[in-house]
Amino acid sequence: MEQTLEVQAPVGSGEYLTYTLGQEEYGIDILKVQEIRGYEPPTTIANAPPFLKGVINLRGVIVPIVDMRIKFNLGEPSYDQFTVVIILNIGRRVVGMVVDGVSDVIQLNSDNLRPAPEFSATLDTRHILGLGTVDERMIIVVDIERLMSSREMALIETATE
Amino acid sequence: MNIDMSQFYQVFFEEAAEHLANMEGLLLALDVEAPSLEDLNAIFRAAHSIKGGSGTFGFADMTEVTHILETLLDRVRKEELALLPEMVDAFLAAGDVLKAQLAHHQGGEAVDEAEVRAVCERLSRLSNTSAEAGEQAVCYWIECSVSPEIAADAASVGHLIDALRELAACEIQQWPTADQPRLALWATTAHGEAALREALGFYALPEDILVRAGGPETAYGLFDEQEPAAVQTEDPGYGLFEAAPGGPSAETQTEAAGYGFFDDHDSRASETERSPGAAGPAQNRGEEAPPWEGGVTHMPGVPATGKSDTATVTTEGEGFGFFSDAPGVPPAVPKETVAATPQLAPPPPAPSHGRRASDNPSVETVRTGRRETDKVAASATAEASSIRVSVEKVDQLINLVGELVITQAMLAQSASHLDPVQAERLLAGIDLLARNTRDLQESVMGIRMLPMSMVFSRFPRVVRDVAGKLGKQVELRTIGEATELDKGLIEKITDPLTHLVRNSLDHGIETPERRIAAGKSPKGTLTLKAAHQGGNIVIEVMDDGAGLNRDKILAKARERGLPVSDAMSDQEVWQLIYAPGFSTADQVTDVSGRGVGMDVVKKNIEGLGGRVEIESSPGYGTRTIISLPLTLAILDGMSVGVGGETYIVPLTLVVESLQPRPKDIRTVSGEGRVVHIRGEYLPLIPLAEVFNLPGAVRDPARGILMVIEAEGGRAALFVDELLGQHQVVIKSLESNYRKVEGVSGATIMGDGRVALILDIAAVTRMGLNINRNTYGRQAA
Repeated sequence: MEQTLEVQAPVGSGEYLTYTLGQEEYGIDILKVQEIRGYEPPTTIANAPPFLKGVINLRGVIVPIVDMRIKFNLGEPSYDQFTVVIILNIGRRVVGMVVDGVSDVIQLNSDNLRPAPEFSATLDTRHILGLGTVDERMIIVVDIERLMSSREMALIETATE
Repeated sequence: MNIDMSQFYQVFFEEAAEHLANMEGLLLALDVEAPSLEDLNAIFRAAHSIKGGSGTFGFADMTEVTHILETLLDRVRKEELALLPEMVDAFLAAGDVLKAQLAHHQGGEAVDEAEVRAVCERLSRLSNTSAEAGEQAVCYWIECSVSPEIAADAASVGHLIDALRELAACEIQQWPTADQPRLALWATTAHGEAALREALGFYALPEDILVRAGGPETAYGLFDEQEPAAVQTEDPGYGLFEAAPGGPSAETQTEAAGYGFFDDHDSRASETERSPGAAGPAQNRGEEAPPWEGGVTHMPGVPATGKSDTATVTTEGEGFGFFSDAPGVPPAVPKETVAATPQLAPPPPAPSHGRRASDNPSVETVRTGRRETDKVAASATAEASSIRVSVEKVDQLINLVGELVITQAMLAQSASHLDPVQAERLLAGIDLLARNTRDLQESVMGIRMLPMSMVFSRFPRVVRDVAGKLGKQVELRTIGEATELDKGLIEKITDPLTHLVRNSLDHGIETPERRIAAGKSPKGTLTLKAAHQGGNIVIEVMDDGAGLNRDKILAKARERGLPVSDAMSDQEVWQLIYAPGFSTADQVTDVSGRGVGMDVVKKNIEGLGGRVEIESSPGYGTRTIISLPLTLAILDGMSVGVGGETYIVPLTLVVESLQPRPKDIRTVSGEGRVVHIRGEYLPLIPLAEVFNLPGAVRDPARGILMVIEAEGGRAALFVDELLGQHQVVIKSLESNYRKVEGVSGATIMGDGRVALILDIAAVTRMGLNINRNTYGRQAA
């Protein structure tokens, strides 16, 4: 029992799912991803922020859908048969996230993962684990759990900040 | 080796709670004068199991209490001590202490040590000294003929009984009536025979009074000894009984004989003696069988089938009365048994009229349609054929079935445009699927259903305690205990029901004196009834007390500045007691209030999607009717369309829907728009504006108005269109998202899309503001 605890992977290394938003490529811990599915028009929720597209029925579970493109002002959001939703498992919650596209799954470790510089991006640096480089591509590795449970996403009643 | 016991705690807690509940139920049903050994053993076993468990898990405090409890119980069940009513009280108190200790170990508040000490001392005192005390309190059988004038006057009879009750714990076997001015009862007292005679002396001549010591034990003795004289001279049925233990028809006669003899024996002295010989062997009796059997069919509560064996006969309280009666009766023999049969059995007051522990503070518990013996048998089988499953697993199952239902609905929808000729087999399969899914859903929902007896079973104790405290005589009747209700609702309905029951006991049912003065039986009746009615369950709390006092309520309402008038209908007046702060406890009578007020009861019930109604009639009692949906998971809803979105409005809140004429819509300065519907002006709530929906119809005359009830008032909800009526499965929006103002939950429609369920109270609040701010200003 105790041994397994010691062999825990160092922070930041592991497999990541990468997705694109506009020109940027992001990576999230693959263990947080439940599934990837096509976009279907959700049921809108009144008086919710614009990036919250609404809720969908995911096999009986009511799942909120956020559009990251609206949230981070990345291009004009369009919804067609190529629009992708990543269903995330954050804590005990299930949240759907609309992105421009899903690229692939990459392996990152402490060698190719660098801390993010202080840049005034739309994305708060607190939610960025670091920058990864794979084959000349720069991937912004996001702490998706922290981002989704943050107050600015307004997904949770008492958001941790 | 150090095993962590805490993982087993939960099992112990559950089991101990079950044992305690079981023990309490058995105690309340216990026949104090003639406790069945089986029941005593069951109580003992329950106490013993708790002791064992608490010892194993190191809850020393519980072990201590159960040990003392067990010591006394052991002596009682070994018949070293006679069971006394005080013991039952002490046992119940010990049960309460154990419950408190159990709650404490589960993280509840600390137990009052002084109380624990007191109970332990009480129990040890009883087990040490009650041998003598038991000898002092003697059970007497009293019979007396009162003058017909007294017998005809309910008030005088009441005084007589009261006088006796002051002296002794009484159990009336026969009330004197104008037709039959005879009183027969058991009285347990330490005061002695002379005191009883004196009390009776005011109402009857000394020679008409028979007071004889000896409880049912004596009866047993006689029974066991088979005293030949008794057999021959008094009890034809007895002889028969011995002679033909196995013969079904003969036994039926036996019981009838017992009843007939017992009920008839006041008049027997004046009648001619029958030859003792005729009262002997069973064969002779047999010839008279037809008339006896005729008598049996009249008798409520008597097993008319021949199934009853010797054991059944001994458990029938009626039988004891007869036997114990024997020694004091002159050797008269029932004659004219045929004549006796029709008038026998003035209806037994209760299915079992043996003495019950619950009789003691003059409360009698009646379980309609069910006997103790049946119950024991039923619970035994239930135990053997049930498994313990966590609620989570069941809920998961329910969710999955919900999915299946939605999938099935989607399939059915897509298949609906297929050519029935070509796709015949597919369509037949889909039909079958629909039926099976529905059945499956029903059975799975049934797993969460629990019988109402889960709630009702706590009330004998509540009634016993409260009635005892208030000095009232109350009989509790429960009807429809088997009616099933969702577990979640069962848990939430208990508190409001308890409040209603206490209300009835406190303010409804009068004291015995007042009841007698009003010409009613001194014993009030409180009825709890549960029944299914359509998709709802209807629970009624009924008392035959004084009823609500209209004038008093109106006066109090005026005092509080509520808008009332004398012209209000009764229904409207009763509604006043729901006003916040208008507690019946404080306002209608002077008895101090406790717990939640009626407004809280109403709020709780409405929170569960139910309704409360009151019916009351002065002098005849009050009836509170609660109607609830069968489950919290399903809601009857009306789906409405607004701006392309679908919303569900709970159907219980919808009064009517209509399309208004343009001239009915008015604007009131500062208040916004109102709609004129049959003389009433209702504020208009534009749902599209509440939810900021684009493209919705803005002209009320082109949409639909739905009159809804919200927060005590009415409003007109303005929507685009009505889509239909559905039963929807309620899903939480909060489990993955957050609470949304104006929305109480979500559901999945037949097409797989999510629809939001409106929180009408919040929508009304939001809508009134919009209405006031937008349209009120425009008009100003």
